[in-house]
Amino acid sequence: MIPVQTASRIPLDDYAAVIGAAELAELRALAKPLLGRSVEMINSTAVGGGVAEILNRLVPLAEELGLPIRWEVMTGGEDFFEVTKSFHNALHGAPYHPQERDFAIFRDYTERNLHRFPLDAEFVVVHDPQPAGLIGARPKAHNHWAWRCHIDLSHPHRAVWEFLETYVSQYDAAIFSSPEFARQLPVPQYLFYPAIDPLSEKNRDLPPEFIADVLARFQVDPLRPILTQISRFDRLKDPLGVIRAYRIVKRYFDCQLVLAGGSASDDPEGAQVLKEVRHEAVGDEDIKVLELPAWAPLEVNALQRASTIVIQKSLREGFGLTVSEALWKKKPVVASAVGGIPTQVIHRHTGLLAHSVEGTAYQIRFLMSHPEIAARLGEHGHEHVKENFLITQNLKRYLTLFLTLREAK
Amino acid sequence: MITVATPFEFFTAAHLTRIGNLSAITLTELLAGLEQCSDASIFHHTFQTLGSHHFLTEGFSNDFAQWVLADANRDALAERLAALDIRDYSSIAALRADLCRLVHDFCQEHPEFAQQSALERFYFCESVEVTIPFGLSAANLDEFREGLFRLSHASFFFHFISSRLRLHLRTNDFSHWLADGLGLMTLADTVNRIDVYTNTLDSARAKLLRLVDRERRKHDPGSNGEPHSAR
Repeated sequence: MIPVQTASRIPLDDYAAVIGAAELAELRALAKPLLGRSVEMINSTAVGGGVAEILNRLVPLAEELGLPIRWEVMTGGEDFFEVTKSFHNALHGAPYHPQERDFAIFRDYTERNLHRFPLDAEFVVVHDPQPAGLIGARPKAHNHWAWRCHIDLSHPHRAVWEFLETYVSQYDAAIFSSPEFARQLPVPQYLFYPAIDPLSEKNRDLPPEFIADVLARFQVDPLRPILTQISRFDRLKDPLGVIRAYRIVKRYFDCQLVLAGGSASDDPEGAQVLKEVRHEAVGDEDIKVLELPAWAPLEVNALQRASTIVIQKSLREGFGLTVSEALWKKKPVVASAVGGIPTQVIHRHTGLLAHSVEGTAYQIRFLMSHPEIAARLGEHGHEHVKENFLITQNLKRYLTLFLTLREAK
Repeated sequence: MITVATPFEFFTAAHLTRIGNLSAITLTELLAGLEQCSDASIFHHTFQTLGSHHFLTEGFSNDFAQWVLADANRDALAERLAALDIRDYSSIAALRADLCRLVHDFCQEHPEFAQQSALERFYFCESVEVTIPFGLSAANLDEFREGLFRLSHASFFFHFISSRLRLHLRTNDFSHWLADGLGLMTLADTVNRIDVYTNTLDSARAKLLRLVDRERRKHDPGSNGEPHSAR
């Protein structure tokens, strides 16, 4: 395994402007009984992906609270990551025919990593299936181990889950992003939401001139309503359904649609979906299909902030943090009631949920006809994110978990 | 200024959500879940959810009501469930009995809806509470005001709302101490009547601070009512 140096350091005190001094004082009060107690976070990649993004923020903040915390990345060869990628897809419900060799590769790399580090921190948090087998290093129950699962396990491939379960059931706790993803396990299962960082480039306040510049660059008219969906060009995000909903809305309101997502160059299916979306948009200059670079946080931030309504019309979703990003920016959101979205969009309170193209269009029309309701939903959405989906809340949940695990022994 | 020998100790409470094994997709299953789930689960979906959605002052009361409204699409039952006021309960058993009664009666009145599938499943979860001293205490009204001013939402919620279950009384930690510690019965009663459903936690706290300031002015007409930290 390789120790990771976190890339970005934002002092904890900077968050007082966002969450308030009292909430920071509370974090410090919770951390006090844990001062000097060591923590180890283990995952399989230091860059890219939501887990690395969260750990990059979480680790330095925990350090500031006086917890000696290390972040290690499991090492493996191509064969290992091919197997774990297949496991990942299978755990999401994709068809898969595992061979005994696949399990042997998983065990082999687990064994090799076991001998590289002591894994003796008082609290060890293992993220996702790849390093789950490291629980084998647990020295006679002297420390506390938690498995944090960031993926949707609601319909897992049976053989793969049964293999993984032998490891997971040895932990002291398992953590999921939604009750729907939890399994029948002999250990306590907790609910942790993914989190956004309000001070990151993707979420921090932006000067109006920058937003205007981004709109000009993408030829979006700032004077007419803008409907936006930010997502990969993926069938499960239903971009064609978004266009159909927009066309219904367009009969009543002179609006524009922005579909913006990361580059599809390394994803053959994404490239095909992008092609279909572009084809569908032909002839309508008010539909902007934007293929953004893989890392374009400021552009995403600006497009969300410029939007009149943000849409997330997914057919299936893990958690869908783009919804929290939009809510944090006080945007009214119309989204599908799938995966973790209803946790973020409480229907009629922090946004509106829909179950079809027609429903999505109707909710958008309703909000465009009632801007005062749209504004109120946006305000409530911001408060909801502040209370539940910020990185500081994530840190608070970990502190509470560590206190709970310590009490349980 | 009255100073008491037993000061008010401010605590904070952090909650973990523990995922349970029960879920419901129909009203009949919801009723079964309500009957079988733990007290910590009833607490989580009523008391705790009010704390985590404290910024909503219209129409949101508890998770059960919200699910019946948004997923089971039964507005009348949702309204009845939402009308339950947790301040009326000093025990989870009594709250559970009323939740069960409302769902049971509705299913009896409308058997055609009892087995109808909702859009999404309801998952019963539990709250696991960890309490920690906040590092503040108050031996008189000035110090009490100062402490209130510096509390986090969770701490305020712990003392003002969830304390009812701990005390097994229809009151809260603040009112209890104001009455028993300082002998300020009228203030204690007025504080206890602040509506937590039509106020956010912030506006409830602002009201409480105003009430405390009014009381302080009675005892010390020179007091401007501002906390030390804001002067």
